[in-house]
Amino acid sequence: MQQSLQALEGKKAAEGSGKLGGLDYLKKHYVLYVLLAPALILTLIFKYGPMYGAVIAFKDFSPIKGIMGSEWVGFKHFDKFLSSPNFELILLNTLKLSAFGLLLGFPVPILLALMLNQVRKAAVKKNVQLFLYAPNFISVVVIVGMLFIFLSPTGPVNQLIAWATGEPVMFMLKAEYFRWIYILSDIWTGAGWASIIYVAALANVDPELHNAASLDGANLLQRIRHIDLPTIRPIMAIVFILAAGGIMSIGFEKAYLMQTAMNLPTSEIIPTYVYKIGLQAGDYSYSAAVGLFNSVINVLLLITVNLVVKKLNEGEGLY
Amino acid sequence: MYVKPSGLDRFLLILNGILLTLAVLIVVLPLLYIVVASFMDPSVLLSRGLSFKVSDWTLDGYEKIVTNPAMVRGFGNAVLYSVLFSLTTVFLSVCAGYAMADDRLKGRKIFMTLFLITLFFGGGLIPTYLLVKKLDMIDTIWAVVIPGAVNVWNIILARTFFRGVPFELKEAAYVDGASEWKVFASIVLPLSKPIIFVLALYAFVGQWNSYFDAMIYLDNASLHPLQLVLRSILIQNQVDPGMIGDQLAMAEMKRLSEMIKYAAIVISSLPLLVMYPFFQKYFEKGVMVGSLK
Repeated sequence: MQQSLQALEGKKAAEGSGKLGGLDYLKKHYVLYVLLAPALILTLIFKYGPMYGAVIAFKDFSPIKGIMGSEWVGFKHFDKFLSSPNFELILLNTLKLSAFGLLLGFPVPILLALMLNQVRKAAVKKNVQLFLYAPNFISVVVIVGMLFIFLSPTGPVNQLIAWATGEPVMFMLKAEYFRWIYILSDIWTGAGWASIIYVAALANVDPELHNAASLDGANLLQRIRHIDLPTIRPIMAIVFILAAGGIMSIGFEKAYLMQTAMNLPTSEIIPTYVYKIGLQAGDYSYSAAVGLFNSVINVLLLITVNLVVKKLNEGEGLY
Repeated sequence: MYVKPSGLDRFLLILNGILLTLAVLIVVLPLLYIVVASFMDPSVLLSRGLSFKVSDWTLDGYEKIVTNPAMVRGFGNAVLYSVLFSLTTVFLSVCAGYAMADDRLKGRKIFMTLFLITLFFGGGLIPTYLLVKKLDMIDTIWAVVIPGAVNVWNIILARTFFRGVPFELKEAAYVDGASEWKVFASIVLPLSKPIIFVLALYAFVGQWNSYFDAMIYLDNASLHPLQLVLRSILIQNQVDPGMIGDQLAMAEMKRLSEMIKYAAIVISSLPLLVMYPFFQKYFEKGVMVGSLK
């Protein structure tokens, strides 16, 4: 044992003092590079390759001439998008859908966590969590399929409406309902799951703190306000900031599935537009330009948010 | 010491119980509706609403679904893609995460920056599509397995895990003359079952529930995974005529296409919903480790 420790020291010293030459170093540690290589190579191909490919946004891409051979056209496609009558509508649709989604969706997991935290019996709490987390595992196709079933003119929701008087409402065909349906169903799907991180943080609060506060005459609401909320406030700040930074990276999947010809005035967002003009209509360069426009705004947003966080951190912290 | 709740607190706790019950009902009732409706004849469902009498129930919907070739093939494809995708992702992230966790890897900072940039900026849909096309991967299962398999979050997750493995364990083996390979394969890997499991679960669920890559990369219907088949049944209302039989009247066709929707939802969501409670703690662990970064 003593011997091996000494050997170890020697080994450490040799490496630490940089006595190993480049070749020796590679000979000793090539395994680490071999292990890293697959992920690194695939990243270079499938993540950095498309970044290079994005130059077609500044070209008139033709599949025959290839990326290199196609002609440069400068900002033609960007001009076309920025001056198109759809531009404002699609940009606003994208921003509204994610901003409203963030504002409405953000408080729900926090409320759920605060409520779950008050459940005394561990078994009850666990079962409630089991149910609340479950929708996270349902696919977006099934979620949207269920929306079409429940909100159809003859579906259960409209049966209730008919029973309580009223005419059936064409939920999926009306542009004014799209955002509500999208955001509320998102909350249904994800709020439980999103509460996990808050529940875990609240579980770390020392119960003695609550007891002491109770003895001093603090009621439940006061204890939540002065003990629970301060505990999760840093997490709330991080979650909110990350979500705010991702406001332009809203996903394609759900909006595309929920689209009907009638609700397009609110449901057409940048990702669905990129898909349609690019892969369905085959206008690669224009579509790539719209996509690049979105990515650049997204990066700018992230940088801004990051700067704001840094500014705040120098002061009093994240909140 | 337990402090007896005051009157106001007791009222609030009761209110809390009611609200949580309500939340559970909001989640459960729609699912319950789908399950019960899947056993019912659509015309009965429409005229009389849900019935909990077993005598009103029928298995027709399930019969149509499990004998539908597109659905069966989609199920098989989904299993295949999800398994392959999990294996690839786990392999890539565990290997890269192990290397990145090791202080002796020179250039770690550069590699990390290369990985992290991809989290914030990407070439976009069209350039990625053109690349996959150029590589002749369209209409092959590799298009859904490979491009998405490198996941930077997973690499970070794995790296965080390996950082926690005590270096003494490895050192002791080096001293005994074990090679780098042997240390990785027979000392570190066996310790890594939890992280491998978490990564595999997430990858499996993600692939099982996704349709986008399959939609853009796979034109050939025989390659379509379950979610694409579901999309045509649930959202595009297209039912493979073979499923229903040509001689049936339009009304009957519509009736059956309504009926199979419910059964299709149940059959496709059941595997994950049944599996998830057993693995809940692993899924939660994934959320927690991921949030620590």
